[in-house]
Amino acid sequence: MKVKVLSRNPDDYVRETKYDIQRVPRNYDPTLHPFEVCREYTQALNSTKLDRVFAKPFLASLDGHRDGVNCMAKHTSSLSTLLSGSCDGEVKVWNLTKHECVRTLQAHEGFVRGMVVRHCGTSFFTVGDDKTIKQWKMEAPGYGEEEEPLNTILGKTVFTGLDHHQKDAVFATCGQQVDIWDEQRSSPIRSFTWGVDSFSAVRFNPVETELLASCASDRSIVLYDMRESAPLKKVIMTMRSNTLCWNPMEAYHFTCSNEDYNLYTYDMRYLDRPMTVHMDHVSAVLDVDYSPTGKEFVSASFDKTVRIFPKENGHSREVYHTKRMQHVICVKWSADNKYILSGSDEMNIRLWKANASEKLGVLAPREKQASNYSQKLKEKFQHHPQIRRIARHRHLPKNIFHESKELRIMKEARRRKERNVRKHSKPGAVPVVSEKEKHVVTVVK
Amino acid sequence: MASPGEATVKDSHVGKKKKPPARYWPEQQKEGKDDNKVGKNEEHAEQAVEQEEQKTQKTTKRKQEGGERDGKKFISGKMDPFPGPARIPEDRINKFKRKDKTKKPRGSHYKLKDMISRSEKASEMAQKQAARFDLLLPEDAGFLEGDEDEDTCTISQEDIADAVDITAGSKYFNLKLSQFGPYRVDYSKTGRHLVLGGRRGHVACIDWQSKQLMCEINVMESVNDVKWLHSEAMYAVAQKKWLYIYDSNGIELHCIRKFNDVLRMQFLPYHFLLATASATGFLQYLDVSVGKEVTAICTKTGRLDVMCQNPHNAIIHLGHHNGTVTLWSPNQKEALVKMLCHQGGVRSVTVDKTGTYMVTSGMDKKLKVYDIRTFKPLKSYFLPAGASCLSLSQRGLLSAATGDIVQVYRDVWSSPVTKPYMAHRVPRTVWGLHFCPFEDVLGVGHGDGFTSMLVPGAGEPNFDGLDANPFRSAKQRQEWEVKALLEKIQPELISLNPTELGQVDRASFAQRHQDRVQALGFDPLAKEKFIPKYKTKGRSSAGGVERRKKQVAYEDQRDVIKKTVETKMKMEKERKQKEQKATVFSSQRSALDRFKK
Repeated sequence: MKVKVLSRNPDDYVRETKYDIQRVPRNYDPTLHPFEVCREYTQALNSTKLDRVFAKPFLASLDGHRDGVNCMAKHTSSLSTLLSGSCDGEVKVWNLTKHECVRTLQAHEGFVRGMVVRHCGTSFFTVGDDKTIKQWKMEAPGYGEEEEPLNTILGKTVFTGLDHHQKDAVFATCGQQVDIWDEQRSSPIRSFTWGVDSFSAVRFNPVETELLASCASDRSIVLYDMRESAPLKKVIMTMRSNTLCWNPMEAYHFTCSNEDYNLYTYDMRYLDRPMTVHMDHVSAVLDVDYSPTGKEFVSASFDKTVRIFPKENGHSREVYHTKRMQHVICVKWSADNKYILSGSDEMNIRLWKANASEKLGVLAPREKQASNYSQKLKEKFQHHPQIRRIARHRHLPKNIFHESKELRIMKEARRRKERNVRKHSKPGAVPVVSEKEKHVVTVVK
Repeated sequence: MASPGEATVKDSHVGKKKKPPARYWPEQQKEGKDDNKVGKNEEHAEQAVEQEEQKTQKTTKRKQEGGERDGKKFISGKMDPFPGPARIPEDRINKFKRKDKTKKPRGSHYKLKDMISRSEKASEMAQKQAARFDLLLPEDAGFLEGDEDEDTCTISQEDIADAVDITAGSKYFNLKLSQFGPYRVDYSKTGRHLVLGGRRGHVACIDWQSKQLMCEINVMESVNDVKWLHSEAMYAVAQKKWLYIYDSNGIELHCIRKFNDVLRMQFLPYHFLLATASATGFLQYLDVSVGKEVTAICTKTGRLDVMCQNPHNAIIHLGHHNGTVTLWSPNQKEALVKMLCHQGGVRSVTVDKTGTYMVTSGMDKKLKVYDIRTFKPLKSYFLPAGASCLSLSQRGLLSAATGDIVQVYRDVWSSPVTKPYMAHRVPRTVWGLHFCPFEDVLGVGHGDGFTSMLVPGAGEPNFDGLDANPFRSAKQRQEWEVKALLEKIQPELISLNPTELGQVDRASFAQRHQDRVQALGFDPLAKEKFIPKYKTKGRSSAGGVERRKKQVAYEDQRDVIKKTVETKMKMEKERKQKEQKATVFSSQRSALDRFKK
């Protein structure tokens, strides 16, 4: 007779002293873990609910400006530094970790229209309504020294926007025309015009550094090559674009914020139709900024909300608002992909979490693992109706809620009318125009 | 599983096992060794490799895979005898297989395609890793082999207990409790704790491995069934009239008057549901985490004293006097399935761990095995005395009690069985059977008390510490309890196929719309009936209203009319074409036309 009966030595399964961690032998046999899917679903549901419970995105409000915040600039090398310019010509430098203003300077008379930090991070440029471009040192002046710009260039017309080249000592401004400036010279090395109009924003491409794009007031977006004397091409849309932002990862894509409440993501090569139309705002969109991963962007709107969109989705995944925040004029996504900064009309800069329910600070490895696991589960079950309902639920201010409802009704009515017109006219006489094509008037080369 | 384990019998748990370090796969062990020996001479080694390559295609494949590393030689100049990752046996990979590969969508869904291929790759990797981890499992299953001409069923329990080590031997014991019997038995989920319920009111909880009595009470009423709840802190007792819940010190926690005349109970551990079957024909579910009744189903089939659960999908199986077995979920008032299994009443039902097989025994003295995925009978055995109690172990051993004899069968579903694997006679009639999880032990409750039998090869040798850990501390238990409560599955999710939740809902729009109409009681997409506006100044005369109605009716019908007209025109056209063809044919003179008048 040969016999063996299970007999476990407890020493192999129980910790030796209470200072050891407990032993947890694993067996991954699926038959020992029944109801895998149901349990995972329950976990996903729970973590989705917890996400909503812990969604506390608002971190801090930086106050100190004496007029609306008109523009902001991220520091290129310091995460904790932020620069902001207000409508009374004042520029403030903030320390974000301490939530305090470290330096204030009166840069312009009238609005500060644009500001940008030089790629090295030692100085920054501002443009204002007083037709000047000023270069400032990043360091505060020493004791007894006077706050003075390093350089001042007096332009002929008002400047409305500014951006600096990624590597070279070159920057671009816009106003009546788009000018390319050498830092050493007091006159532009190149100026671009295409018809008579004014420009509201200009942005250098972060990868193809010689390319730039600008938004013009004749409802067009114009692309330029710095090395050429004439603009490349432009797309004219039904409404004016306010600002645009290049995708830092896929630098042939850019997103523009439009007056018609939408944002449009274009591929630079195919301007005849946008890749995605991002809808959800209920008023003009004023500013847009990409996350450094290039997967999402944040937009600021006149409807007093900030929204976060995944770059390929038509609708936002998140909306931020507070009772006191007025029209949001500028918005930035921090370089560590964790925070969002919004500057608004009522003189405050607000600091938000990019991921509303994320736990801040250093996570223990097991915490990180658990959050990754629940993230994956949420992703896996995101399309189940109950989970989707909870994940999508947001509280909106009453007026925005009603406004969006009204817009939906209007859109539906328009669609119905078009359908009826099509029904009652000769087949083919009223073509079907997709939402993407609707907003592009023409592309000019 | 991994190795036969014969060498490990003598020193099964005393000290570490000393096996020769296992090679990756057994067939090529020798060749590998040869390689090493001859390896001193490089040319010989290469020849050996070449020979190997010729032998099987699979090995050549491996070599090719490892070809990328060919450049890597050891400093000594030797080649790596086992290049590439170690091969995993196919059956072990299949053990961890969850799903077949999904069909790739046709057309240009490049994003979807990419997503599918990525997730498939990830799951394949997980499968492989789990299969590799399988090799490291510390314990091997028990077994019992007779000598030549010796039946294993003739080996007595005493012999087995003598042959094995002391701790294992002490797991064979008898409790002589002749006063309050017969006894019902239940082991807790981890297998550490045992609760006994005597017909005449004696209830006892025992930490049976250390033989410590946790509590002992007499409820002074008849006891129909006992069941542990999710942990060893609480158990339910079905008494003469009501259902009671006691804690492990024997203190009565609840008396649940909604549950009366309960005969049998089953606990669904992942749903925290206690399912009870009563003498009045009611199947009731109690949520033990919140203490609420989930559903009460009137089965309308009389006294319910045969019950078991399918551990794979939490469906309750009930056996009836007319020979049917019915399947129930808390979400439906009718039985999900009714199966006629026996001529005569059903005496006992049990379902295996994977939810594949159901074993039933009936008054017709038959023991039948069904595949409950397809509801087809697989095997039918005739037992002269008929089995009164059935129980299946984790590794698929079937124990059947016939009178006072407990028989254990092996492989009842795969091959026809003629002899029992083991047999044991207990003093009086068997009343309850339960295999202890993660142990080679079968608990038998009978008229004279309780017998703990050794059944080698019954229990799962390797438990999962996060699911059911027999060695867990109080702290670990508390933590497990919180985790388990957090992932408590809602009773609405109980269905015949538990993986359904993870599959794509392919319901068509029409189907979904129909469901919606049924749920709402009206059709939300239905067009409103046109009610003409009331107009003053005599413009709402009956005729006028009718006329206006007709206009709108025409509007609705416009599309339909347009279509019908179009199809009519088309048909007309076709008909004309046909006629034309016919005339063309008829215009040709055939040879027979000259006979026409």
